Amino acid sequence: MAEKKKTYVEDIERTLYDIRNEDHSIYKTEQGLSEEVVLDISKRKHDPDWMRDFRLKSLEIYNKLPMPSWGPDLSDLHMDEITAYVQPDAKMTGNWKDVPTDIKDTFDRLGIPEAEKKSLAGVGAQYDSEIVYHSLQKNMADKGVIYTDMETAIREHEDIVKEYFMTLVPPKDHKFAALHGAVWSGGSFVYVPEGVQVDIPLQSYFRLNAAGAGQFEHTLIIVEPGASLHFIEGCSAPKYNVTNLHAGCVELFVKEGARLRYSTIENWSRNMMNLNTKRALVEKDGIMEWVSGSFGSHVSCLYPCTILHGEGSRCEFTGVTFASSGQDLDTGASVIHAAPHTSANINTRTISKAGGKATYRSAVKVTKNAPYAKCSVNCESLMLDNASRSDTLPTMDIEGDEADIGHEAKIGRISDEAFYYLTSRGIEENEARAMIVRGFVEPIAKELPLEYAVEMNNLVNIELDGTMG
Amino acid sequence: MSEKLLEIKDLHAGVEDKEILKGLSLSIGKGEVHVILGPNGSGKSTLMNVIMGHPKYQVTGGTMLFEGEDMTPLKTYDRARKGLFLSFQTPEEIPGITLENMIRTSMQAVTGKKSKILPFRKQLRATMEELKMKPEYADRYLNVGFSGGEKKRAEILQLLMLNPKLALLDETDSGLDVDAVKIVSEGVAKFHNENNSCVIITHNARILDKLKVDYVHVLMNGEIVEEGGPELVDEISRRGFTHIQSEQEK
Repeated sequence: MAEKKKTYVEDIERTLYDIRNEDHSIYKTEQGLSEEVVLDISKRKHDPDWMRDFRLKSLEIYNKLPMPSWGPDLSDLHMDEITAYVQPDAKMTGNWKDVPTDIKDTFDRLGIPEAEKKSLAGVGAQYDSEIVYHSLQKNMADKGVIYTDMETAIREHEDIVKEYFMTLVPPKDHKFAALHGAVWSGGSFVYVPEGVQVDIPLQSYFRLNAAGAGQFEHTLIIVEPGASLHFIEGCSAPKYNVTNLHAGCVELFVKEGARLRYSTIENWSRNMMNLNTKRALVEKDGIMEWVSGSFGSHVSCLYPCTILHGEGSRCEFTGVTFASSGQDLDTGASVIHAAPHTSANINTRTISKAGGKATYRSAVKVTKNAPYAKCSVNCESLMLDNASRSDTLPTMDIEGDEADIGHEAKIGRISDEAFYYLTSRGIEENEARAMIVRGFVEPIAKELPLEYAVEMNNLVNIELDGTMG
Repeated sequence: MSEKLLEIKDLHAGVEDKEILKGLSLSIGKGEVHVILGPNGSGKSTLMNVIMGHPKYQVTGGTMLFEGEDMTPLKTYDRARKGLFLSFQTPEEIPGITLENMIRTSMQAVTGKKSKILPFRKQLRATMEELKMKPEYADRYLNVGFSGGEKKRAEILQLLMLNPKLALLDETDSGLDVDAVKIVSEGVAKFHNENNSCVIITHNARILDKLKVDYVHVLMNGEIVEEGGPELVDEISRRGFTHIQSEQEK
C-alpha cells in the first residue's frame, strides 16, 4: 500500500497582489492613537464640527472599552505601532488619466478599470486612507443615484450622512467600532432614490499599500423604497512583515420593498488583522443579500449582521472562507428577526488546510416581536488535512412564537468513496480531489461575480503527488 | 475459445486483516457475458471493487491480467483508462458536480481527447432519451436527490457514454421496478457487442432478458463454487443457494 500523503491544495495565487509600490504618501499621522492624531486627521479632512466631535467621543469610548475576550488571538495587534492615516499623493478624481501612475498601475493589474468598462455602472478605488478615483455612469447620475467617497458625501450631502452615519454600528458597539469612529477615512457613499433600479453593479476596491498602516474606510449605502442595487467590494494588500489593520465599517439601509446585494471578496495579505463590522437594517418587505468570500488576512473577525426590522423582510447570507497556513479566520453571520414573518437563509462553506484554522460563528435571534420567523442555517466545513482545524459555533436565541428554525452543520474531509467514484471514471487523483473541493464550494461560487468565481476556482488547483489510503 | 480480456488467478484480497476473496479464479473472454450469483456477503461486491482497484482493499495473492497486463499495481483511474468500468451498487452522491460535467470530464480523461461541447451534448441528450432520463438531470448534481432508479440509470448512461471494454455491473437492477429494470437491461444490451464484455452481479434474472449469457459463476464465501451456462440462473432462482452449499459439504 502506498504511504498516506496529505492532500495539498495550492494557495491562491498571490503574486499579483503582492506587488508593492514605494510609499509616496504625502502625509502620515504618527503611530498609535491619541487625541492629537484624531484631531490631526479631522483637520486634514476638513471635518464639520459635528464630525470632529464624533471622532473625539469615539476615541473616548475606544479608550474605555476592553479588547474582545472571545474569538481569535489578537495579541499580534499593537495599536501604538499602527499608523491610522496615510494620505496618498493623489487627489480624488473622476478620470483614470489623472490618477498617479504607480497607483493607476496597481489598479490596472487588479483589473479594476477593465471591469468598469465591461460590467460596472460605477467604480470607486481607495488607496491607503483616501479614495483616489470615483465614477458613475451618467444615466445613473441622471436618475439621482449618488456614488462618491465619504468625504465628498459629507460636503455635498451632509444632512443625509449626518442622519445615518454610525447609527447602525454605534461606536459603543465594540472596541473596533469605536476605533473606526475615531479615525475613519475614505470609503464609499451610495444613495439610490426611491424606485430606481441600478441594474448593473457598482464596485469599490480597497487597497492598502503602506506598511504598518490601518485602513478604516466607511461604506454607507441607502437604498430607498422600491429601489435596488448590487454593490461589490474588493480588498487586497501586498505582504509586509509588520501587522496591518483593517477596521472598516459598512452600514446598509434597505428601505421598504428595496433590494440590496452586497458582494465582498476579501483577499488581504497574511499580515492583516481584519476586524471589520458590517450591518444592514431591512425595512418592510425589503431584501438583503450578502455574498462574502474570505480568503486572505492573518486574522479575520467578520460576521455581517442583518436586522430584519420590517414585517416580511428577508435576508440571505452566502459565504465561503478558505484558511491556510498561518491564518485564523473567524467568520459567519448574524441575523436579528425583529418583525413578524421575517425570513433568513444562511449558507456557508469553510475550507481549512495546511494548519489553517477556520471557524464558523453565527448568531440568530428571534425577538418576541417576530412571530412566524423563518430561519435556516446550513454550514459545512471541509478540512483538507490533519493539521487544519474547523469549528462551528452557532447560537440561537428564539423568543418569538411559531418560529420555524432549521440548522444543519457538517464538518468533514474529502469522502474516500466520492474520490473512488470519480477515479473509477478515469479521472486522475488530484483532479478528482479538486473536483470534490470545487463541488463543495460550488453553491457559493455560482453566487460570486464572474471574475471572482474564476479566482476562487484557481484557488482549488491541486498540486500533489499523494494517494489516499 | 475467444480472446482473453480479464484473467484472474487464485486471487486473495480483503480489508485489513480480514480475507474476503480466498483464491478466486475467473476468466472473461472478449464478447462474453458473465453472471455472478451468490448470497449476500459472499464477496461479490468486493470482487468488483478489487478489480477496479478500490484503495480500501488489499490484494494479498494471485494475479489479475487485463489484456495480458498485470493490473495489480495500477491505480483506479488507470484501470478506467484501460477500459474498465464499474456500475456501482450504491452510486455516490457528489454535490456541486453536475452529471454532465462529470461525464464530460471522465470522457476526456478516458479518451485523452478534448471533447467538443456541442457534439458531446447531442450524444448525451440522445443517450439520456434512450434511457428515458429527463434532460434536466444533466444539470443536476451527481446523484444528489436522485431516486434509486435514477441513480442506476445515470450509471448506465455513463456506461454508454464511456463505452469501456469491460463493464462490471454490481446489482444494477436492485431496487428497481419492472419498467426500470427493462430500461437498464436494454441499455446494457445496447452497450454489449462482440468486442466488449460484461460481468453482471444480480439477484434478479430479469436484467438478463435482453442478453445472451455465456457463463454463470456462483460465488460463496470468497470462492467460485460452481460454474455453468445460463441454465444455472434458472436453477438458482428455483432452488436457492442452499443446495449448492449442502453439495459442497458432502
